[in-house]
This record gives sequence, structure tokens and C-alpha cells, in this order.
Amino acid sequence: MLRSPSGVIGLIILLFAISVALFGPMLFPNSPWRMVQRPFLPPFTLATVPLGTDALGRDVFAGMIFGARVSLLVGMVSTLVALVVGVPIGAMAGYFGGRVDDALMRFTEFFQTIPSFALAIVLVAILQPSIYSIVASIAVVSWPPVARLVRGEVLSLRTREYVQAAVVTGQSNTWIIMREILPNALSPVIVLASLMVATAILLESSLAFLGLGDPNLISWGYMVGAGRTVIRQAWWITVFPGVAILISVLGLNLIGEGLNDALNPRLSREGR
Amino acid sequence: MLSFVAQRVVKGVIVLLAIVVLNFFLIRLAPGDPAVVMAGEAGASDQIFVQQLREKFGLDKPLPEQLFVYVKGVVTLDLGFSFRQQAPVSKLILERLPATLLLTLTAFAISLVLGILFGTFAARFAGTWLDTAITIFALIFYAMPIFWVALMGILLFSVTVDWLPSFGYETVGANLSGPAHVVDVARHLIMPAMTLGLFFMATYTRMTRASMLEVKRLDFVKTARAKGLSDAVIQRRHVLRNALLPVVTLAGAHSGTLIGGAVITETVFAWPGIGRLMYDALLQRDYNLLLGVFVICSAMVLTFNLITDLVYRLVDPRIEFTT
Repeated sequence: MLRSPSGVIGLIILLFAISVALFGPMLFPNSPWRMVQRPFLPPFTLATVPLGTDALGRDVFAGMIFGARVSLLVGMVSTLVALVVGVPIGAMAGYFGGRVDDALMRFTEFFQTIPSFALAIVLVAILQPSIYSIVASIAVVSWPPVARLVRGEVLSLRTREYVQAAVVTGQSNTWIIMREILPNALSPVIVLASLMVATAILLESSLAFLGLGDPNLISWGYMVGAGRTVIRQAWWITVFPGVAILISVLGLNLIGEGLNDALNPRLSREGR
Repeated sequence: MLSFVAQRVVKGVIVLLAIVVLNFFLIRLAPGDPAVVMAGEAGASDQIFVQQLREKFGLDKPLPEQLFVYVKGVVTLDLGFSFRQQAPVSKLILERLPATLLLTLTAFAISLVLGILFGTFAARFAGTWLDTAITIFALIFYAMPIFWVALMGILLFSVTVDWLPSFGYETVGANLSGPAHVVDVARHLIMPAMTLGLFFMATYTRMTRASMLEVKRLDFVKTARAKGLSDAVIQRRHVLRNALLPVVTLAGAHSGTLIGGAVITETVFAWPGIGRLMYDALLQRDYNLLLGVFVICSAMVLTFNLITDLVYRLVDPRIEFTT
């Protein structure tokens, strides 16, 4: 991974974003919700509010720093939940085959057919916007590719000799799946997961932009949405948070490519 | 061929019915009694009114019966009534559908044509500065949230240089007709369609490039070169044609994302399609309308998937029409 330049750049971006999310709020304790200056203060005029203020005089820079938490947290947790749902479904479908496989894959295909963003909107709207409903709905729309990928991997690993050996020695199905098969199917899943975090961040920001963010947490998508109506007077309110989203997503995509090159040299040619 | 189409249609209808059933349970997931939710929509929530609503919509009946009534309604294109807009949901959706189709299909065409074009260029000049430039641009566009691209478009082309209108479907009050009207709509269409198309263009560029580099190494290309065919013919007839298959597959799988993107794009540009309708329903917590749009979006995606499936089989004669 460290040998591919795109992976290194991506890793630097991600580490920077994570440290901003973790330590930023300690270093810059300005609340992103409090009025700190006159409204519509242009950026680069005052050192205390470097990126200016929004329509309510709130610090845009503070919003960017606190927003990093929400974006990264939602991105990672929802990916984790999607993995927790998708990996077992895919593993069971691939391992048991036959009717189990048929049923599980029909189920997966069904979820893959539903327009994902529309379903996410409907779910968050109905469950009421909160960090939990956002994570849940992003996970609901993003697990099917995991299940399909894991199924394919398991399908090809199932017939390997060492797995057959485990069957002969009388190991339980759970043990074989958990200890023999899944560890070997892990690398493509890791690549997919890094790309899923990027997609989840885009999804979260889009939901927040439409007003479906957690009302108690500031996020980049919310800031762009709030700045939308005043874009003619104050470009900075929409430009800066958008750049933050762009850079984070770009970083994660680069990591995905780097991991792909490192973990699946066989696939790396197709991956680009 | 015909039986293949029939089978796929039947499969699509089954999936759609399943989505309708899912929809039915989704509205019951909303906090509180659906009758209270609807009463809240109508702006009055006294007990008698709630009871009336409950009877009117059969909410006092057992769940399976309610489900049956609901599914029957959807099948006959009765998607319920929007109290907020004081109109049947299906009527509201049908009014908005053409604008969405115009937007999504234009965006789709733009993204596919430009994506294949740039991808081909990048693969043709692999390793040169042109390839690097295209790859970097594709990476960046791939990472941009659609709503932000839309706003940056407005900032650049409407606020800074005032070349293109920033909202709407046509100039309000201009009452144009004939060619002038077409030009007017096209001017309004450029920015939303480009916004929606850019993300997908980036995807297809990357895919075409990767796929062409892959095919280029295969033996039959060497054979073609050995036969003395010109480079242009090899690229076009041999490499590109085979490299397009994964791109078509990907394009088919993207129809759902395209609709999702349309919700955002239409919201930003006030484009009067079903995406914008969904946003309005969202703002007003108009659940009937929201779920109606959701069902129609799903139906559109299913139709689109069916069409790409057929196209796929036309592009690649090796695949037979079997399911």
C-alpha cells in the first residue's frame, strides 16, 4: 500500500481528517452554533474567524471542524453496520448454496433494485432525522454489494482442499466459515469497505443538505444546505464545507485504490 | 427473445409488488398512528377527524385487509391523496414525470458519450500527460457531492458570468412557443443535466479506460495488428467494442443512483420533476406523496434495468436470450 503514490496521498488525507475530527474541537472550542461575529463576514478578514461567518454570524471554520466528526463517524459506523449485515448473508449464501443461496440472493437483489438514495430519504424521513436513523438507513442501502462480494469469494474458497480438510476433521460449519474461509476472503472486502466509507460520507452529506441531518449536530452537508439560499451574497458558506467533503471522499477513494493495488495484485489492473 | 422479455417483465412486476408491500409497512413505521400523521398533514387533529380518517382509509380494519386494499390501489394507479397539495398523488406525479425523464435521460446521454470519449482518449494515450490529466479530473469529479457541483455551477455560470439561468424549467412569464421555447428549455436544462451527468461521466471515464487497457492486451488484438489493420480500426472495431460491455453493465446498475441524483439536482435548480416533488413532500412531511414518488422511482429503475439488459444482449451477440 505504501508503495502506491495514490494510497499514500489518500492515507495522509484520511489521517489529517481523523485528527481534525478528534482534536480539532479541543483546539478550537468555538461552538459552531454560537453567533461570534456579524453575519456575512467575508473570509480572511479576521484571524479569529478565518473562514468568515454565515447568515447568522456563526463561525464557518468551527462548523468545518465539528462537521468532520459527523462525516467520519457516520461514514465509518454505517459501513461497519453494513459489513455486519452483508458479510454473514454473503457467507451463508456462498457456503450453503442451493435454496439458502437462492433465497438470500433474491433478498439481496431486491434491495439492490430499490433506488438507494430514495430509500434512504424515505427511511430517515419516517424514522425522524437523528444520527441513529441516518446510520441505519445508509447501512440498509449499502450492504447488498458486500453480500454479493463475500458470496463470490466464499463460493470459490469453499472447494479448496484446506476447507475440505476442515470438513473431514468434523469441524462445525460456523467454525469453518469463521476460521477457515472468511479470513481468506477479507482483502477484497477491505477494499470495498474503504470505498463504502466514501460513499457513505457523500450520502450523509446529501441527506443533511436536504434537511435530513441530525438537528443537534453540525455537518458539512447541512452547512452547504444552509448557505444555498444566500449563495449570491456569500459564496464562502457553501464553498468551504463542499471542499471538505470533496477532499475527504477523494482521500478515501485513493486509499481504496492503493489497497486494491496492494491486496489484490491480480485485480489491480481492473480496479482502475 | 420474446419469452425472455416476458420473463423479465414478470420478474420486474414481482419485485415492484414487493416494493409496494415494503412501502405499506414503511408508512406504519412512522412514529404514531398513520391517521394522526395524516390528520397532522391536514392541519387538524381532533379526535373525530382522526376517527373519520381511520374509517375512510380502512385503518380500523385488520392489517392483511389493509395491505390488500393498499396494493389494489397501487395496481390501479391510485397512490392515495396528498392533503397538502389537495390533489391525488398519481396526478401530481404524472404531471412531473416528463421533466424528470428529460433531465435524467439527457444527463445519462451526456455522461455516457463524454465518459466513453474521455476514457478512450486516456487509454489511447496511456501514460502521457493527457491520460494523467483525464484520470485526475475523473477522480475529482467522482468525489464531488452532486449538490455542491450544482451550487458551484450556479456560482460560476449564473452569478459570476450570468450565462445560464440558475433555476426553473423555462423563463417565467415569457410565454414562448415553437423553436424559441425549445431553446429556452434547453438553456435551462444545460446546468442541471451537466451537474447530474458529471459524476457518472467520471465513473464511465474510469471504467472505459480500465476496460480498454484490459482488452488491448488480448490475443485477438495482436492478431488484428499482425493482419496489418490500421491502429484506428483496431481501436474502434476491436478494442472499443469489446471494452464497452462492462460500461453498459455499469450504466444499467446506475439507474437507481441517477434517480437519487435527480432528487438533489432538481431541488437545487428548482426543476419541476418528481425529485423536486419528493423534496417538497419531505419538507411538508407529506408521507403519502413521499411514498408514492418512491414507488414510481422504483418502477422507473426496474424499467430502465430491463432496457439495459436488452441493450446488453444486443451489444454482445455471445449472450443468448435466456434467463
